[in-house]
Amino acid sequence: MSRMVSASLHVEHLSMRFGGLLALNDLTFRAQAGQITAIIGPNGAGKTTLFNCLTGFYRAPVGRMRLTVGARDHYFLERMDAHRIARDAGVVRTFQNVRLFSTMSALENLVVAQHRDFSAAGRNPLAVLFGAPRHRRALKNALNWGRYWLNRVGLIEVADAAAGALPYGSQRRLEIARAMCARPTLLCLDEPAAGLNPRESHQLNELLLDIRQDHGVSMLLIEHDMSVVMQISDHIVVLDHGICIADGQPRYVRTDPAVIRAYLGETPSPETIKKVTPR
Amino acid sequence: MELERARDFVKTPLGDAVLAGAIAAVLALPLLGFRLTDAAQGAGIEFRPGYLLATVAIVFLGRLALNYIRTLSLASRPPPALLRAFALRRATSPQGGGKEELSPSGATEPSLDVEAQSHLPQRGEVEAPTRSEALRVGGPPRAALPSAEIETPSNLPLVGRSIPPKRFSAKADRVGGALLDTAGLWALIAFAVALPLLPFAERNVIDTATLILLYVLLATGLNITVGLAGLLDLGYVAFYAVGAYSYALLTTALGFSFWEAMPLAGVFAAAFGLMLGFPVLRLRGDYLAIVTLGFGQIVRVVLINWTEVTGGPNGISGIARPSFFGLPFQPTIEGQTSFADYFGVPFSPLQRIYFLYYLILAVALLAMLFVWRLKRLPLGRAFEALREDETASIALGLNPTIIKLSAFALGAGIAGIAGALFATRQGFISPESFTFVETAIILSIVVLGGMGSQLGIVLAAILLVGLPEWFRELADYRMVAFGAAMVLIMLWRPHGLTRVRRPTLMLKQSAAPRAGAGARA
Repeated sequence: MSRMVSASLHVEHLSMRFGGLLALNDLTFRAQAGQITAIIGPNGAGKTTLFNCLTGFYRAPVGRMRLTVGARDHYFLERMDAHRIARDAGVVRTFQNVRLFSTMSALENLVVAQHRDFSAAGRNPLAVLFGAPRHRRALKNALNWGRYWLNRVGLIEVADAAAGALPYGSQRRLEIARAMCARPTLLCLDEPAAGLNPRESHQLNELLLDIRQDHGVSMLLIEHDMSVVMQISDHIVVLDHGICIADGQPRYVRTDPAVIRAYLGETPSPETIKKVTPR
Repeated sequence: MELERARDFVKTPLGDAVLAGAIAAVLALPLLGFRLTDAAQGAGIEFRPGYLLATVAIVFLGRLALNYIRTLSLASRPPPALLRAFALRRATSPQGGGKEELSPSGATEPSLDVEAQSHLPQRGEVEAPTRSEALRVGGPPRAALPSAEIETPSNLPLVGRSIPPKRFSAKADRVGGALLDTAGLWALIAFAVALPLLPFAERNVIDTATLILLYVLLATGLNITVGLAGLLDLGYVAFYAVGAYSYALLTTALGFSFWEAMPLAGVFAAAFGLMLGFPVLRLRGDYLAIVTLGFGQIVRVVLINWTEVTGGPNGISGIARPSFFGLPFQPTIEGQTSFADYFGVPFSPLQRIYFLYYLILAVALLAMLFVWRLKRLPLGRAFEALREDETASIALGLNPTIIKLSAFALGAGIAGIAGALFATRQGFISPESFTFVETAIILSIVVLGGMGSQLGIVLAAILLVGLPEWFRELADYRMVAFGAAMVLIMLWRPHGLTRVRRPTLMLKQSAAPRAGAGARA
């Protein structure tokens, strides 16, 4: 479809302070285009703060976040409003606690996410009000795209049910589908596997890998479930107290002494290394 | 031991009723039992045992009856047909005023044994609405309370149990709701159109009906701001005032005609809506309510004090009456063609009343049509998304500034037109007509009708505006009855008379090519 270009992200010297707490401390990392980059770390490490900075909900006082879409388009996220980061740069996120439009139907949730495409069909209020052909076409496209994603995440049967009435696992998948309907270049997933059972998180792995393969979208993934992180991520960034303590491929990161210390708070012996990986 | 036996006794239906009667006796003794009389030697006190006994008897018997009805309905499964019908009606009928019928889809749902099951997880079913949501009009969304909250032991006060946890299927709910909603709305429209032709339609009936329609129009506008976009606007009456004063000034001072001034009044009010919208963009929930409340007061205070323009407390009189596309409704005057002359009918003051009625009816219908369409437009869905979760909407690229400002402007524009119609109906306006109470009434109509519902607004307007007008004989007790009615309705239908929200888009079954493919993920 229209903007299935992946984006690479360069975060440089990003710092964020809440009063005396330095939530992010001179953080620098890269997320390559078309890759799944996992961000892990103990609770309070600053992972969600990073997402909030990236998506414009927090204003980071220091640092640069450069998003490169395709070959030429650069967006400096620290200078943009939250809704423009999603609309123009295509950085779309999901939330740690699912935030669906709960009284609206699943399909409506997906159609709302495509608001940008409706605006693109023209802003003449009369044409909108009386349903000019272009606007009808936009709606049809939006419905088709919504239907595609409902099929994709296995929710086509409940397309017309209120999103808030769906089971938790379905809500999680619907939120990912909704984010994808906003046609992201960089998809930020905040603990997508939280609250899922092992079978569901396995399905989530497949879904995310499929999405990356079919749509080429880059992903940032905050996750505690190591079965998800280790299996699907191409690259892992480990945060602790706002500092990047390790950065690399999963097989290196999982044996990194600094990472193990951050999780277990001690100098590891060879036995503990094995215990670290599952949550 | 004695205490325990007493406690057990109170838990029986009879004991509960005795307790209620005792409480009623204690309360009624000072309130109703004694009366201060004007005796020959100063004041005297008259004891009125009759009142006391009657009160206690009513409370006792009523309580007893309710208790037995409830025990019956809980104990028997399947319950007697009558009770079953009653419970089903409460659980499935999406509106209050319409005909209650046992829909076949509803009848298959065992809705009476929900008491026993309500602690079970409710996922996968339509959400069990909670009372707190009914009043939630802005602010961050709260997690839906579990419906088990409503569950109480069978002999706790009735009030806490009057809302059965609803677990009807989403489909039955939706289909039944759609039919009743549409049919009800058409019936009401047909009735409204035919009203002046009906035999009982005297002048005061038409006047009241016109007033109701005016409030329907106002509530339709507020419904955009509060019901759809979730922005609790307590200063709504300000836009109504701006519309009325714009109309009054345009017609009296600048000599505009009715048909020129009315749209302009809407435009001015919408501009005021934008003016209010800008400073409150960042506010949510309670804070938004407070600021808008202040805005409403500011406008009223300006109207009172800006005497040169608004006439201050004296208001503006001699406002142009509506004309029939240029033909005034007036007795024959030399050199002017009036409506009666043109159509060759004798003049009657009723002509203007009827015309105004149909005019306001037409405008109200247009506004409702507009809102109906708006809900199905991207902007309307964006309103609802913003109401549901502002953060999530921003994260999807929706521009909250534009969406909020449109919501304020659209709602205000409709209020402005309503203000113009109000001014032309009265012929005289003063700041007294635009107090906070007006906002409260309009907001009550929206909430009582069920947020975002069109039919609900009409029903609630009839209830809240019409009934007090028709029951003027009750004099002072009118407002007491009004309050009691509101409390009862909110207990009976915490989400308003019609709360069913239907998706604005439906996935047609035929259009779902691979319905079975869902099992994959």
